Amino acid sequence: MAEIKLTDLTKSYGPTEVLHHVEGEIKDGEFIVIVGPSGCGKSTLLRMVAGLETVTSGEIAIAGRRVNELEPSARDIAMVFQNYALYPHMSVRENMAYGLKIRKLSKAEINKRVEEAADILEIRQYLDRKPRQLSGGQRQRVAMGRAIVRDPQVFLFDEPLSNLDAKLRVQMRLEIRKLQQRLGVTSIYVTHDQVEAMTLGDRLMVLNGGYVEQFGTPIELYDRPASVFVAGFIGSPAMNFIPAMVEGDTMVLSTQAKLPAISSYRGAALLGIRPEHLTPDENGPIAIDVDMVEQLGANTLLHGKLNGSDHEMVASVPGHVSTETGAQHRFSVASELLHLFDPATEKRLEA
Amino acid sequence: MLKRVHFPSSPLPYLLVAPQLAITLVFFIWPASQAMYQSFLIEDAFGLGSEFVWFENFEVLWEDQHYLDAFWRTAIFSLLVAALSMGFALVLAGFAQRVVRGAMAYRTLLIWPYAVAPVLAGALWVFMFNPTLGIFPYFLDFVGIDWNHYLNGNQAMALVVMAAAWKQVAYNFLFYLAAMQSIPNSVIEAAAIDGAGPGRRFFNIILPLISPTTFFLLVINMVYAFFETFGIIHAVTQGGPGTSTTILVYKVFNDGFVGLDLGGSAAQSVVLMVLVIAMTVVQFRYVERKVEY
Repeated sequence: MAEIKLTDLTKSYGPTEVLHHVEGEIKDGEFIVIVGPSGCGKSTLLRMVAGLETVTSGEIAIAGRRVNELEPSARDIAMVFQNYALYPHMSVRENMAYGLKIRKLSKAEINKRVEEAADILEIRQYLDRKPRQLSGGQRQRVAMGRAIVRDPQVFLFDEPLSNLDAKLRVQMRLEIRKLQQRLGVTSIYVTHDQVEAMTLGDRLMVLNGGYVEQFGTPIELYDRPASVFVAGFIGSPAMNFIPAMVEGDTMVLSTQAKLPAISSYRGAALLGIRPEHLTPDENGPIAIDVDMVEQLGANTLLHGKLNGSDHEMVASVPGHVSTETGAQHRFSVASELLHLFDPATEKRLEA
Repeated sequence: MLKRVHFPSSPLPYLLVAPQLAITLVFFIWPASQAMYQSFLIEDAFGLGSEFVWFENFEVLWEDQHYLDAFWRTAIFSLLVAALSMGFALVLAGFAQRVVRGAMAYRTLLIWPYAVAPVLAGALWVFMFNPTLGIFPYFLDFVGIDWNHYLNGNQAMALVVMAAAWKQVAYNFLFYLAAMQSIPNSVIEAAAIDGAGPGRRFFNIILPLISPTTFFLLVINMVYAFFETFGIIHAVTQGGPGTSTTILVYKVFNDGFVGLDLGGSAAQSVVLMVLVIAMTVVQFRYVERKVEY
């Protein structure tokens, strides 16, 4: 149980800086998800916390103790790797017991802990098997078991579910969340899957190109994305963006469609509308020429172009909608659901 | 009949394999069969005639204390060579894997000794350890060791073991390095997080995971020490002093071409041939199949 504090954290490989001044405080028992596209530095950040990468500048503190110079083993952390990283020549029991043996715990204590963890993860019947005799999901459980038995202050997860099939991934996701809540251990979880991030995290740290774009709860990120990047990354299907000009009391879209102004900001802006916030309305200001329809059952996705422009738009409409391609659909949006961004800095424009 | 229609007979395939077949026949099959035949003969003292004696040469070998001694000597020699060169290669590979800067240069340099011919390798070590001129006896003198491998059998054995092992280190190094690099990095990292220091990681994780390579190299090195160290021994000690570095393959040469006991020498070489066949079988049976872990 520990809080983690990242202060002005920077990482460079030679002259190339890959992480820029990362700041963040993680509370005791919190589940933090670091999310971002490939190459954004999220794994590097996690590996720095683990002690597998050196810190170029800045400070990492776990439970109030600076750990920059500590070996991974001295940081009291446990990590679950993407490829599980089980020891292939050891049985499941030996895999889980290895860290405890090094700590010179008594045989009885080791057995007790391993069996407890095995019961929690329902892998007791596999204890004497070798990793290669297990399926992907079972290996993942063993990897988690190896982390649990150590009873560390912090769990680190490096994309642990990305090698599993879709169904198993959803199931394991729930299990990881339940397990973390039950054990109450501070956890950092890295993923590129925004759905995984939204469902797992107490708070999300969105990384892009080595910068922290936003750090907040999933709902904060969804309701008030701090930048165009976060707005486009969180939510599925992704947010629609339309260039607009705010003049007087109206917002004029690039297609001359007009919406009421939502903030005191005046000038050029980028308007963001989530597909699920577009409500079918025959007199609505937004017209979409639909060129493709995706039926998802519960709702229908209408893909098309904003009438009179080249802007790709997606609208998510509840229920079944049958339409011909080329048909025009009109929508309106509640003004509190509109997002406005500065077109130059791509930052959110507040009301 | 059908086959002939589909594959019209042509001399081309035979022509293409002919060189390889010719080499095999001239340099392997024919000498081997000659040796087999000769091992059943006893030459008279003047080399004017020979007598067919069936297995008498082998029976003599079995009762010859010199030969049995040479057998043990060979076993010790090859075990020492294998252990020394593999141990050294393992340490070097372990360090080479951690080297980040200049790794290529480091590895290339370590591979060079393999390209040195056995006789030259032997000559190199003879000069380094020459009791009157060599640099090492000069240094050893300071620590009170009187080095003279021309007189001291154990020192002579140590010298040929070192020379033979040195030459083989490069080969073992290459295989060990490849084996270590095939271990996923995350497994090592997981062990580091589990609290294992570099030494413990090496013995608990890396060593067991490269055990198939260790077994493969053990067989290869034994074969090397048994059969390919002739040049080194001939250049360094010529089997001496006395017979203290006469291993089986050197005894074959010595008895045959120096002692002119062609029948006995041929019988020895047949024994060696059986040994190498046995080792090859072991290698194919067990090395091809992955060692269980």
